[in-house]
Amino acid sequence: MSGMSRIVKTMSSVVFPFIMIYGLYVIAHGHLTPGGGFQGGAVVASGAAMILVAYGSIWTMERVKEKQLSVLESLGALGFIALAFFGLLFSLKIFFNNFLANSEYFLGTSVSYGEVAANINTAGVLPLMNFAVGLKVIAGLFVIVLVMAYATTWIKREGKTK
Amino acid sequence: MSGRNFVGIIFFVIVAIFLVYGALLMHPFGLPGEAEMDDNIINNAQEDTGANNAVTSVVFDYRGFDTLGEATVLFTAVAGVILIFRRLKK
Repeated sequence: MSGMSRIVKTMSSVVFPFIMIYGLYVIAHGHLTPGGGFQGGAVVASGAAMILVAYGSIWTMERVKEKQLSVLESLGALGFIALAFFGLLFSLKIFFNNFLANSEYFLGTSVSYGEVAANINTAGVLPLMNFAVGLKVIAGLFVIVLVMAYATTWIKREGKTK
Repeated sequence: MSGRNFVGIIFFVIVAIFLVYGALLMHPFGLPGEAEMDDNIINNAQEDTGANNAVTSVVFDYRGFDTLGEATVLFTAVAGVILIFRRLKK
């Protein structure tokens, strides 16, 4: 996989920002609209995989190292677990307690039952957990695709000489 | 017929009997047996968590521990892939 034609490269570069915006929108509005961290992260990782297919794994591996992605993935996992443990520290002392909800401060506007207008400043720790899981899914899925594609290229190029 | 095939057929029949028995015990489609938990979540999710999306409030709040397991599965998959393809570098 050493890159495709110039048409494919140009078109994927044009489409790539819109995929990123859509995926990050799905992540950021996870508590208001259908979707969430997993789904939006899958969208963003698919866009990154499209760039990987269009430009080839060697070109991508020169710019993004799998170690950086692995660190990002671990950061997402640690953030998720840390948010869960914060529920154990504050107020009710329950694991996965939503301590920010209905607090009227940061992300704490209370919502009444029924059809209400979307307000992004709601839902307590849910948006933060969405961001953590989204980061985790983006980095995790992309590092899987990247490492596998690079290994395939490596075997094709240098595996025969051994 | 070899002995291995015979054992396989016996296991197939046993599993098929269990599956058909379970399928016959199911509730009619759209009529769950115990709906108290569903009604509780639908009626209280918005006021409890403040999220308009009830599915997200279930996934990340009511059943957050399950999501932690899901995230662990993804982490394990990434760790395994990086471990397997590690020697191919350089």
